[in-house]
Amino acid sequence: MSIQKLLSGVPRVVNIGLSGFAADLAAQGTPVVQLDWRPPAQGKKHLADLLAALGACEERIARANAEALKRMLAANPVLVDVQPAGQVIKGLGEKVLLHAGPPITWERMCGPMQGAVAGAIVFEGWAQDLESAMQLAASGGVAFHPNHHFDAVGPMTGITTRSMPVMIVENRAFGNRAYCMINEGLGKVMRFGANDAEVIARLRWLAASFGPALGAALRASGGLELVPLISRGLAMGDEMHQRNVACSALTLRALAPHLARAAGGEELAKILGFIAGNEQFFLNIGMVMGKSIMDPVRGIADSTVVTAMCRNGTDFGVRVSGTGDQWFTAPVEMPQGLYFPGYSEQDANPDMGDSAIMETIGVGAFAMATAPSVVGFVGAGGVSEAFAFTGAMSEITLAKNPRWTMPALDGQGVPTGIDVRRVVETGIQPAINTGIAHRLPGVGQVGAGVARAPLACFEQGLVALAAAMGVRP
Amino acid sequence: MSVTLNRVRRGFYADSVALMRISRAVSALPGIEAASLMIGTPSNRDLLSGSGLLDAEGAKAQADDLVIAVRAADRAAADAALAEADKLLAGGQAKAAHGGVTAVRGFGSALAALPDANLALISVPGEFAAAEARRALELGLHVMMFSDNVSVEDEVALKRLAVSKGLLLMGPDCGTALIGGAPVAFANVVPRGDVGLISASGTGLQEVSCLLARAGRGISHGIGVGGRDLSEQVGGLMTLAAFDALEADPATRHIVIISKPPAKGVADRIAARVARSAKPVTLCLLGAGGMTLTSAAEQVMGRPLHEGSLPKAGKRKGWLRGLYSGGTLCNEAQIVLLAAGLEVQSNVPVPGAAETARLDIGAHSLIDLGDDEYTRGRPHPMIDPELRNELLAQTLADPAVAVVLLDVVIGYGAHADPAGLIAQVVESAAPDRPVVVASITGTDADPQGYARQAARLAACGVLVAASNAQAAALAARVVA
Repeated sequence: MSIQKLLSGVPRVVNIGLSGFAADLAAQGTPVVQLDWRPPAQGKKHLADLLAALGACEERIARANAEALKRMLAANPVLVDVQPAGQVIKGLGEKVLLHAGPPITWERMCGPMQGAVAGAIVFEGWAQDLESAMQLAASGGVAFHPNHHFDAVGPMTGITTRSMPVMIVENRAFGNRAYCMINEGLGKVMRFGANDAEVIARLRWLAASFGPALGAALRASGGLELVPLISRGLAMGDEMHQRNVACSALTLRALAPHLARAAGGEELAKILGFIAGNEQFFLNIGMVMGKSIMDPVRGIADSTVVTAMCRNGTDFGVRVSGTGDQWFTAPVEMPQGLYFPGYSEQDANPDMGDSAIMETIGVGAFAMATAPSVVGFVGAGGVSEAFAFTGAMSEITLAKNPRWTMPALDGQGVPTGIDVRRVVETGIQPAINTGIAHRLPGVGQVGAGVARAPLACFEQGLVALAAAMGVRP
Repeated sequence: MSVTLNRVRRGFYADSVALMRISRAVSALPGIEAASLMIGTPSNRDLLSGSGLLDAEGAKAQADDLVIAVRAADRAAADAALAEADKLLAGGQAKAAHGGVTAVRGFGSALAALPDANLALISVPGEFAAAEARRALELGLHVMMFSDNVSVEDEVALKRLAVSKGLLLMGPDCGTALIGGAPVAFANVVPRGDVGLISASGTGLQEVSCLLARAGRGISHGIGVGGRDLSEQVGGLMTLAAFDALEADPATRHIVIISKPPAKGVADRIAARVARSAKPVTLCLLGAGGMTLTSAAEQVMGRPLHEGSLPKAGKRKGWLRGLYSGGTLCNEAQIVLLAAGLEVQSNVPVPGAAETARLDIGAHSLIDLGDDEYTRGRPHPMIDPELRNELLAQTLADPAVAVVLLDVVIGYGAHADPAGLIAQVVESAAPDRPVVVASITGTDADPQGYARQAARLAACGVLVAASNAQAAALAARVVA
């Protein structure tokens, strides 16, 4: 009967392979979608064999992934407080610097990260000036660790030290806490490697005035529940990585009365103005929320879910739940994007920051369909291309998040739970919306675009996971 | 000396991403050194100024104004760039890539983009095609496998799976289908009508559908089942499934089955099915009893297709050479030539013809240039006629040759102007060149246009026959 149904209507074609056929069908008005086919695992036989061998353990993996998804979707992250990092992050003491991305030594750090390190050393008073700070860092006089090793995240260079105020998100479903510094605003800021007196002065103000006021406001408010806030932000066109206009405004609206009690007069105006003047204010809140959501997902045996993606400007790092806290690293790629006037690709620093935690939880580039205005960063993109981004990311994820839906996709949830197997099989690299830093320290942001997570990280992750599971091709 | 020119649009807001995109497009225009579109905030004006992009007008812009700034080699280029920026601002978003076809990277996204998709057209390399076909069938889609190099074991397994799900699996190595009037892959634009075709051969399906179309008869559906469907191993699984569907299809009144004569057991099964058909059936088993594609079309029409329309050609001493792009058309020509009493050789010989790998032999020879040995590492001659045109030039210069026989297949998937390329070769041949006889598989509704292609060939002295069988008969007469 079904063949007759095909014959009695119009063919609606999925064209897998030669795109000319799709163009011909479209030219005749036959509905068609082009599936850009690639050989499984990019034609790499050992990986294709490994995927097939893992296919025999489907039940085991499905059980573990169901648990991972359950934990992601049950998360209840609440922004509760702001405190000096050294008082809340265990082990963040004297002459310890946390940085974005997987572990890295001073010598291998990119320019902006070295610049931020020097600025942070001066800010902490561990050196008198930038030059001696550089010498201190180069001589091994300070210790470097990833934010991710300390329940923390940081955008771009992500440098975190003890005196910086950090925002605290508590995942009330699991009781864990995560930390991230306050977004410094646009332009010349430490996260892009800037480190002059203006940058240090702003950090001092954040530590002395803004942080304590925000902390007091949060404590007074009982905490800001973030899952519903993100839901509203998605409906208002934010994807929470490149675009945080709505969420920043919603946060300001929720906290304004409490801030008014925490500070007064000209200082209050300055605090409110600081939030109002930075459309990316919410990014750091979103990131620390993401970290608090993903931490309970770490270390579930047999789970293929990616628990972290991050970059230090030199290496890209990925963690997979079933292999615990092991990093799988590969050289970072250059973001593709648009540049501010006067700048070009030659000025760009490679991809950087812990902010890919946003994509790890299913927003950012994964939720592009809800923020079509952002898709233009990858070129001549319209709304359909925004949908295509989200569609492609759906290919490498396990579920749609029912709490975070996209009106433009008829209320479909954001693609959630990156499956390392699907990334390797399809060769679809997770997309990450990102700012682009100048390759020299101190210049700041020169553009924005989309970066891709290197496939090699996921290939290593798959091999390690199979080994941990005792699976051989 | 470069020119910096600004235009300010008062109270104009556009998304900064859109502005950056337009900036990039304008920067790429000829004579433009730099260009930027920005909202006129103080910090943006500083940026523009720092890049040498701000003039006196732009300097006066406010935070709710748009500044369009260009620095150009001369005033004319600057004016042109401003005009282009205006156009882009008015034009909205750029169109999607792939000629308007949505492109995705996985089956899930494909079905999300086209939720009620019902047919997967698969043209991936053969070793991967079976897996893709299986996935499509499991998802409830009918499948057309254009891919070749699929093992017969996979074909049997896939067709059994398709039968169990009530789905159609066309192919593998199936290049042509007409579904609900829509040409799929290599197919011609034919009118809808009441003749349903089931064919093991793509070009066979194209030739019969076009002969019927040009005779005024329409096609309900054309179902390609793949060259091995009527083999012993596959057992006609899809031919029978397609037959059931066409018999039940209200639009179909007459069914045609096109194939080489099948294995005995399969032939009996098909004959038994045809015998209890509720609708008239034309069984076109090529070569059996001199059956050709043209005679099948004539049976359907109940009359000869082109009486008295045979072009005139003088007799000439020498050999006949067939240069074919369609394997089934090459077979049909051999059948006609054998029936005319000629001895022929071919790289795809029909029963009664001798096998040869060479064209330039002391015998009448027909070569299928779509056969594997000619398509390794190069496109099929229907897509890229270059190899055939080279061989055509050599053959036209060969004094031992009397007549050259050609097929010209047009329609979707085929080259944009095969007749034009042939005409160029023929026009540059010596005046005493061999006779050239050709037929065109196509219709006026095809993108290349049957009449236009025929006129181009006729203009350079190629004899255009009304069908491939007629072309072969005409060529036979030249050398008889």
